[in-house]
Amino acid sequence: MGKVARFILRRKGGKGWHWTDVFTWVWLVGGLIIMFGPAVWLVFSSLKTPAALAEFPPSILPYVTSQATVEGYDKPLMLYDAKMPDGSTRVLAEVRRIGLVAQMVDPKAPGEIFKVNINDRAPVRTMSFATENYTEPFVHFDFLRYLWNSVFVTVVATVITLVVNSMAAFALSKYEFKGRSLAMLVILATLMVPLSVIMVPLYSIISTLGLFNSLWGVILPTVATPTGVFILRQYMLTIPDELIDAARMDKASEWQIYWRIVLPLTAPALAVLAIFSVVWRWNDFLWPLIVLSRRELYTLQVGLSIYSGELNVQWHFILAMTVVTMIPVVLVFIFLQRFITTGIAGTGLK
Amino acid sequence: MPLAPFDLPLKGGDRLGALSRLHMPSHFGGGETTKFDGNGGEDTTMTTPSLSAILMAPINAIMRIIDAPLRRLQKATGIGGMAAFFLAPNMLIFGIFVLLPLVINFVYSMTGGTAFFLSERDFIGGAQYSRLFECQNYLDPMSCQEDAFWTAVGNTFWFVVLQVSLMILTALITALILNRELAARSFWRAVFFFPVLLSPVVVGLIWKWILQRQGLLNFGLYQFGMDPYTWLTDRSWTFAATIGVSLWAHMGFYALIILAGLQAIPKDLYEAAEMDGTKPARVFWRITLPLLAPNLLVVVVLALIKSVQVFDEIYVLTGGGPGTSTLFLTQYIYETGFASALRNPGLAAAASILMGGVLVVLTLVQLGIGKRGENKGKR
Repeated sequence: MGKVARFILRRKGGKGWHWTDVFTWVWLVGGLIIMFGPAVWLVFSSLKTPAALAEFPPSILPYVTSQATVEGYDKPLMLYDAKMPDGSTRVLAEVRRIGLVAQMVDPKAPGEIFKVNINDRAPVRTMSFATENYTEPFVHFDFLRYLWNSVFVTVVATVITLVVNSMAAFALSKYEFKGRSLAMLVILATLMVPLSVIMVPLYSIISTLGLFNSLWGVILPTVATPTGVFILRQYMLTIPDELIDAARMDKASEWQIYWRIVLPLTAPALAVLAIFSVVWRWNDFLWPLIVLSRRELYTLQVGLSIYSGELNVQWHFILAMTVVTMIPVVLVFIFLQRFITTGIAGTGLK
Repeated sequence: MPLAPFDLPLKGGDRLGALSRLHMPSHFGGGETTKFDGNGGEDTTMTTPSLSAILMAPINAIMRIIDAPLRRLQKATGIGGMAAFFLAPNMLIFGIFVLLPLVINFVYSMTGGTAFFLSERDFIGGAQYSRLFECQNYLDPMSCQEDAFWTAVGNTFWFVVLQVSLMILTALITALILNRELAARSFWRAVFFFPVLLSPVVVGLIWKWILQRQGLLNFGLYQFGMDPYTWLTDRSWTFAATIGVSLWAHMGFYALIILAGLQAIPKDLYEAAEMDGTKPARVFWRITLPLLAPNLLVVVVLALIKSVQVFDEIYVLTGGGPGTSTLFLTQYIYETGFASALRNPGLAAAASILMGGVLVVLTLVQLGIGKRGENKGKR
């Protein structure tokens, strides 16, 4: 405890608390709670039963009221700690409730019925994880289908993005030709054209190409990212031209130079772009929402939003599916966060 | 799915090592350079077949097959032709999915009807634009023919103003704090960065769950003796929630960029100021802020552009409601163009062109200010 306290309360210098130290401390600890709290709350909530979710005030951890099968009753009965008239407490099972009075029996000796005021009893609760929230959507919803669609779109789009963008970046960094700066300018200018500006005509192009209601209609418009070309080109400019000239002298073809020299040397930048691309495509929402209108084609994001917008929201399933949707991104966050932060800090692009 | 061909550079460290050794000029003289023959060649530097080599075997084979016709192409067109070949796929996709829509958008906005194919739409000139601008009283959105459009414009305006100013403020404070000498600084940076990676749908659902009647917020307030309240049915609270949620989701991104700017400020300036006994407040206003200005400008531009297009997380959180209190421009375009029964793609295209115009103007204004600031600095 002492070590933790010293860690939490440590400050610059050690000459007492300047107001900026206090402010920093409040901001960081507040930030920790506000940034992680909601996600932690989501995970805890996703493990609760529907009954526990409907409760107010909610419990932090997932609890359920214990039940017991009592002889002479078909259904399992709820267990309560009941305060008896003589002041002792006993564990009783509720048979039925009439107004403010509950009729209860002792599970071990079900013959006698006790009448207990409902204010004199508290449910017996044990911690329990409702894992069926996670397993049932696989059966009841097309959850597996959505998961597969999302994985397919993410993986295929990322692979195509890497190939196409690195080829363009190679051409724009290692060849001298007319219109090179124009091509670069066009690519950078498209950074200013967001989806919301072109979504209506883009939709008509997708329908004309017969890609409406197809996962390829989601994949193709997103693969030629200007950000990707930009990152890769900046990196390829640092590869010395002598290397390429040496390969040409060894009779390497241009394709071999690209594939066997430039690409392996661009690996760090490719890795950054791959991580970005995975996060972008996994999180994509508006465009899949427009292109995919058949249930079996939904990606996770679209499926989740459609289910959560229904009149009778089954929150216990929605919350569990949200946690599953979050998992890849959290993994990226834990293991690859460093690449993303340096990527953003280096280019200012998301 | 087959393994991504680019797994090689990540996993096959040995291979990468062999190639990067080529950087060193001394090795060019030695016998260790990789040899390229006409048939694709064997890798002379690799001896033990590792797992990545086995996985890469089919991909390498494919690459060799691709190489043969490309050699012929190279012979026929020369190196210039190869440049075009490498550039073509990207430019083709750009052309079809970005530039072409941009052009078609203008045509669309000047045609009417509900059909999506251009040939089935009739030319109506500027009617869509005049419909958008048809108002009896320009201060009251309800008096306009397209009242939803003007409501969306008004909402978006207030959202942009409030969200961007709060965003810059909180991001700046966070970055300044993260720039102090903290223990476990990378941990704290990660804390604020965490929500940035979450998908907008997840963000929307998390907060919908927290703000509902049995949610965490009401639970917190209940501890202080307040009654539960349905926040998302109250117009002004919902609007405030949209700002708060988008702040939560994106603040870390901007804080990161500002932090990079702060760390680029030379340390000796601060040392000099300390020697002169300058007050910390004066150091902030005279050193930190002026030197951070170009960086802040980038952040403001990015935040403005993102904020004008706000859609995903808000759509999941509120669906634009209650009523039209959180209906923003992108949602208006989406619903006019696709979702509602009375869809009107031409009108949506006209609205999106207006929005694109605003985005371009915003960027140019900001870039202009940046240029002027730079020139001032030179004098």
